[in-house]
Amino acid sequence: MIEVKNLTKKYGDKIGIEDVSFRVEKGEILGFLGPNGAGKTTTMRIITGFLAPTSGTASVCGYDVTSHPLEVKRRTGYLPEHPPLYLDMSVYSYLDFVAKIKGVSNKDRKRAIEEVIEKCGLKEVRGRLIKNLSKGYRQRVGIAQAIVHNPEVLVLDEPTLGLDPQQIMEIRNFIKSLKGQHTIILSTHILPEVTMVCSRVLIINRGRLVAEDSLEDLYRKEREKLVLSLRIDGDREAVLNLLKSLKGVQAVERKDGEFLVECAKGSDPRDEIVKTIVSSGMRLVEMKENLPTLEEIYIKRISQEG
Amino acid sequence: MKRILYLTAKEFKSYFYSPTAYVLIAFFTFLAGYMFFNICKAYMIQMLMSSRYPWFAERLNLTDFVIRPLYGNLSVILMLLVPIMTMRLFAEEKRQGTTELLYTSPINSIEITVGKFFSAFLLFLLMIAFTIPFPVILLKYGNPEKGVILSTYLGLIFMGASFISLGTFASAITENQAIAAVVSFSMLLIFWLIGWASQAAGEIGEKVFSYLSFFEHFNNFTKGLIDTRDIVYYLSFTIFGIFLTYITIESNRWR
Repeated sequence: MIEVKNLTKKYGDKIGIEDVSFRVEKGEILGFLGPNGAGKTTTMRIITGFLAPTSGTASVCGYDVTSHPLEVKRRTGYLPEHPPLYLDMSVYSYLDFVAKIKGVSNKDRKRAIEEVIEKCGLKEVRGRLIKNLSKGYRQRVGIAQAIVHNPEVLVLDEPTLGLDPQQIMEIRNFIKSLKGQHTIILSTHILPEVTMVCSRVLIINRGRLVAEDSLEDLYRKEREKLVLSLRIDGDREAVLNLLKSLKGVQAVERKDGEFLVECAKGSDPRDEIVKTIVSSGMRLVEMKENLPTLEEIYIKRISQEG
Repeated sequence: MKRILYLTAKEFKSYFYSPTAYVLIAFFTFLAGYMFFNICKAYMIQMLMSSRYPWFAERLNLTDFVIRPLYGNLSVILMLLVPIMTMRLFAEEKRQGTTELLYTSPINSIEITVGKFFSAFLLFLLMIAFTIPFPVILLKYGNPEKGVILSTYLGLIFMGASFISLGTFASAITENQAIAAVVSFSMLLIFWLIGWASQAAGEIGEKVFSYLSFFEHFNNFTKGLIDTRDIVYYLSFTIFGIFLTYITIESNRWR
């Protein structure tokens, strides 16, 4: 759906992004992570046709952004970091104007606008001037603007920036609800947001891509050996000894009422553990795989490059 | 084409969302009316005096003593007001960040430029429409040359188009509206005063400089002279301005 190849953008001598390549498949939500000034916005601006790349190519739905910009723009919706709003216009007339220049046909326009007003919860402010709206509503108008022409690809630059927690939840759920119908690139600083919303992650630092994977794979790759955390009802010492005696278990540690079991490289003794504990008459309350958090991965990848 | 109209309509309306259009039209109409009144009064005094000098009465006519000075003055007022009309066109969008909407929409840079140009041009036409009562009054109570009136308005329209295209360009090079206004006003002033340099510039220089001057060309229109040279001058000036604007906004993408 979106294909970016060896994309480089230089602002004079300053490098915006360098040699960035990735793909986004149809229906996916891609989380785009990176510190401030890493090149997220630059990449998004190139994909949406706002900026031209210095070298490399980007294509959306098979159309190159440089040679067929109008085809690309017809198929993309873009919410920049600051929603591009005409403050002197009312919500309805603003959306009407956007629908017009985005090429929504006359007969579909009314319906399309009503639909986004409904979807984005703008019903009670439709006649109000945008300059009189709160930040949350402005953000929603920004999202409405991006989807009014029902684009195949949606590029959202920090869509939850500056919203209150309830609004953040609403916007996230809203983005999730778009999954499947639209292909979405979403940039953010808020890592849990990525875990909640996205299926794949891209981490960029100083203009270069440092990680690109599905969330699952990213976690698995990062983990060198299996770490389990167990909650067991039973005598502490007995449990410790029992666990230690198992094959494939390297170390056992007690922490906050849980047993942390570090397994040997390449081994997965989970079946063994369950069997042993159950057969020895103790109660296994919980067992889960201890994955590194996205924060840990993020910090690690970012600092590796630095 | 349709998208140009959409953009023009939106831009034209947005002049009226803020007080800009009302203030511009009100002050323009007031100043124009004040000038018309005074020029007419002066004309009447001269007419009364001329009854004693028949040779002067012969030379006294509405074209030379009312229409030409009136529209000459109006063109100077327009030179002051057009930069105020055009300054917001691009500068405001850049400041508000709405360029990101416009440039990521399926509308190309030339359509954006032309659409914005036309919105200011429409406001300009509306503004000079408020001066139509003057020739109507002259026609009712006097006997002015109709051809001169028509050619003067034609000249105003052509000259206005070139003012606006220059102003549009000034707005595209900055995100500060005040700078846009100052730049376009100064450039208009230069193209007005360039005629002065012609007197000191030798034979070829004289021709070049007086050709470049806005008002030399406008003078012909107020004489009732519709010359293709003047039309070509204003049209090429306008198109060149639009082209420069297009280049400017397009080049921003590549920087």
